Amino acid sequence: MIEQPIATAEQTTLLEVREVTKAFPSPDGQGVIQVLSPLSFSVKAGEWVVIVGPSGGGKSTLLRIILGLIPPTSGEVLVHGKPLRGVHPDAALVFQQFALLPWLTVLENIELPLRARGVPRLERLKRALAVIDMMGLDGYESAYPRELSGGMKQRVGLARALVVEPELLCMDEPFSALDVLTAENLRSELLRLWLDRKMPTKAIVMVTHNLEEAVQLADRILVLGGRPTRLRAEIVVDLPHPRSPDNPAFRAVLDDLYRWMTDPHRPDQKVVVATEAPAPPFLPLPHARVGGIAGLLHILADAEGQIDLHELAHRLHLPIDDLLPIVEAARLLGFVEVKEGDLILTEMGIRWLEADILRRKEIFRDLALQIPLIARIVAALRSTRNKTLPMEFFLDLLDEHFGEEEARRQLQTAIDWGRYAELFTYDATTEMLQAEE
Amino acid sequence: MLGKQIRLFNRYDALVAAGLFALLYATVHVGQGMFVRFSPQHPASLPLDPTLLPYYAARSVLRMFVALAFSVAFSLVYGSIAAKNRRAERFLVPLLDILQSVPVLGFLSATVAFFVSLFPTNLFGLELASIFAIFTGQAWNMTFAFYHSLLTLPEPLKEAATMMGLSRWQKFWKVEVSYAMLPLVWNGMMSFAGGWFFLAASEAITVLRRNYRLPGLGSYMATAVEQGNLAATLWAIGAMVVTIVAVDQFFWRPVVAWAEKFRAEETEAVAKVGSWVLNLVRRTQLLRRWFKRITVDVGEWLDRKMTRLSEASLPEHVSLGLGRGLTFALFTFCAYWFVRGVMIVVADLSVSEMLKVIGLGLVTLARVVVVVVVSTLVWVPTGVFIGLNPNLARFAQPLVQIAASFPANMLYPLLALVFLKTQFPFAIGSVIPMMLGAQWYVLFNAIAGAMSIPTELQEAASIFRLPAKERWRWLIIPALFPHWVTGAITAWGGAWNASIVAEVIEWHKQRLTTAGLGAYITLAATEGHAAAIVWGITVMSAFVLTFNRLFWQRLYRLAELRYKLG
Repeated sequence: MIEQPIATAEQTTLLEVREVTKAFPSPDGQGVIQVLSPLSFSVKAGEWVVIVGPSGGGKSTLLRIILGLIPPTSGEVLVHGKPLRGVHPDAALVFQQFALLPWLTVLENIELPLRARGVPRLERLKRALAVIDMMGLDGYESAYPRELSGGMKQRVGLARALVVEPELLCMDEPFSALDVLTAENLRSELLRLWLDRKMPTKAIVMVTHNLEEAVQLADRILVLGGRPTRLRAEIVVDLPHPRSPDNPAFRAVLDDLYRWMTDPHRPDQKVVVATEAPAPPFLPLPHARVGGIAGLLHILADAEGQIDLHELAHRLHLPIDDLLPIVEAARLLGFVEVKEGDLILTEMGIRWLEADILRRKEIFRDLALQIPLIARIVAALRSTRNKTLPMEFFLDLLDEHFGEEEARRQLQTAIDWGRYAELFTYDATTEMLQAEE
Repeated sequence: MLGKQIRLFNRYDALVAAGLFALLYATVHVGQGMFVRFSPQHPASLPLDPTLLPYYAARSVLRMFVALAFSVAFSLVYGSIAAKNRRAERFLVPLLDILQSVPVLGFLSATVAFFVSLFPTNLFGLELASIFAIFTGQAWNMTFAFYHSLLTLPEPLKEAATMMGLSRWQKFWKVEVSYAMLPLVWNGMMSFAGGWFFLAASEAITVLRRNYRLPGLGSYMATAVEQGNLAATLWAIGAMVVTIVAVDQFFWRPVVAWAEKFRAEETEAVAKVGSWVLNLVRRTQLLRRWFKRITVDVGEWLDRKMTRLSEASLPEHVSLGLGRGLTFALFTFCAYWFVRGVMIVVADLSVSEMLKVIGLGLVTLARVVVVVVVSTLVWVPTGVFIGLNPNLARFAQPLVQIAASFPANMLYPLLALVFLKTQFPFAIGSVIPMMLGAQWYVLFNAIAGAMSIPTELQEAASIFRLPAKERWRWLIIPALFPHWVTGAITAWGGAWNASIVAEVIEWHKQRLTTAGLGAYITLAATEGHAAAIVWGITVMSAFVLTFNRLFWQRLYRLAELRYKLG
């Protein structure tokens, strides 16, 4: 299910922010507080731009300047190359707290912007119902906002924004007032509509403080920071959708974002392109022995293939933190899946459990070779003539990535797995590793 | 449809249609009476036949509603200008504050004279004077409520309105008025209740030794008192109670219940207001459909026309010039009357007379303070007792509401009778008629305050086994304080206003008077002594405003800052 967001042919610039600053009068009436220092960027057709930054850092102010709701102190906003005067003529805004009119029904709320544009009644109804259908609000037309859950309210908020078919859709923390599951659901639905081009919108600008959300949705992330706020980095996220947080590239972008947010001294960087890089050479191994993994699989099989993690920890009288490396190892090998706190035995896990000892080793060998560290060790050993290398060699290699202590533990785990899979052996007296035939 | 047949026309349609028809007929019939010609030489005397009471009640009610309509229109216009125009705000808000503090009853004689001079041979002048008096008793509070709502309109709603591209007309109705609807309705109901007092005072009035009588409950009462007819007096009181209850049931309750839909979602209703009338209307089929179609069509049409109109704006120099011209005209007008007032007072009153009036003000001040203190001591504990018993509160609150609505001045003649019979010294006794109207605000707010004490806090107090004394000291009094301040301010203003009619009371040509600023103003009005009226009202307004600024506003701020729950 890999797809590119939007063809690159129509990359016209919809909006340009040029050297925009904003200062507010300080509360004591003396002087001003500089909120935004000169900021420039542009928004092109087909882009989903996400603005992240510390709270109170002027993200929402910037969004409102783009929309023409508040004027910049200096600099200008160009819409299709022309300076923006007043409110953006072809944009809509989705609010964090929905900002629905509580005294109007869902239908009336959605119709209101069309009414403002003087659309005749029948046409209004037709368009409103179409959006209601698109946002999955059928059956709620005559409900009042107070009767709806947060997620439904935000659907109305989105419908109200989309009903005018805006060229630019702006969203101010649209998912942060929702609970985690609802937010995730609405997010992916919106992304689906965007990717399938069901929305008439040409570009989206979204403000969020949720970095994972930013990486999940953005074509480009603008990192704001500093005081007064400036544009610290512009990260082009060139990853295919859907983006899984498990994906190493996803994690890499996320880690990078965290660094931007937590390290104020990191030098600003104009454009960073984050793309699907080859997997990092040494993904850390969870410290679990093969015996432990096997034990876990047996318990899981006894529980009919599915068990709640906490329930499992309770049953084994183990703190859940001790259990996690084993679970993680089983998951890494593909024996189990973790879904909403439940541990589920996979097809592979069942096959492994049902196999005899030799077959088990074979399966395990195939799976272990998928793991970068083990694959590297095997490749290195096989590249030498006598298929032997000293432990020191690998320790030196891993030092850089993990530090000395962790490097030793990583190797111990790798050796445990490698021995079981009969990929290589280790002689403790000579401290030498040797590949098996 | 679920086995239930939906009929086009049901019995509720029939009921409501009959009601609407009766209302229409009554309005037309009663309305005609407003334009009856009369000659000042022979003021119409009012027959005291009790069967005429429904007609009189209808006349009074019509007056009340016309005044309410004017008050609503005034609130919307004045409130929006004050909230949206910075320059106007600086001038309009203090003005409103003064208007609210001025004891408007004192002006009654002046306004009656003015309106009668506009229509010398027609009752309509008097009618207008009465409506204006009621209006002055209602409008300021409602205007403040609307202005305050506009100021607190949440920023996201404003932004949403702008992003949707709503026209000024659309924004005004769909966002601003809708947001303000709940406070506007509640304030309207409260102000309407206060309006009965002004109605009773303004229907029958003596200006320049001439008696003016408008057909209505107030003048029925006045005539009955004049003739010493106790039976007719009691009839009038009964009719008043029935009228208040009927207006509450047929108008305010449905309106309040309907206005619930304008509640912003974050706030919860303390007690849900139900209305059988509204339920009846909601069950109609045909009428509802017609009504909906008409309102939708008219709404669309108005929307189109007014949107275009409201977006058309005058060129800046024209609007600026217009504003300046208007301000100048208003300023000149005020200055002219101010200078004239000063000249009249200086010319007609000696310095010792002026000082004497200030002294009378101190006497009335003492009575007003007694009213507030006694109301507090009596009604706060009662209110807490009622408010902490939800069952009792549900039962007592509507009763208190009716008692508060009942115009206390209609009971003054009966009090006069009692004082005359018992020889009670009226210098002290005059506190009672003043308290009669003012006390309810304290009770009302005490009940509301006690009901709003969170259950958790009460439970905490019980678990810590706070003795009664400590419970009052640490929980009830602090929690009640903001409510008490609101109630006491209203009682304070009400008592000053009441003093104008409460320091001179009559029964059957026997008059009880006591020294006081209220009596001074009333007597000056009966004799048409313009300078004395102006000076009397000025002194009273000065007393009210000074204490508001120095005392009540500080208490209010303290209450807001320290004792506001939640």
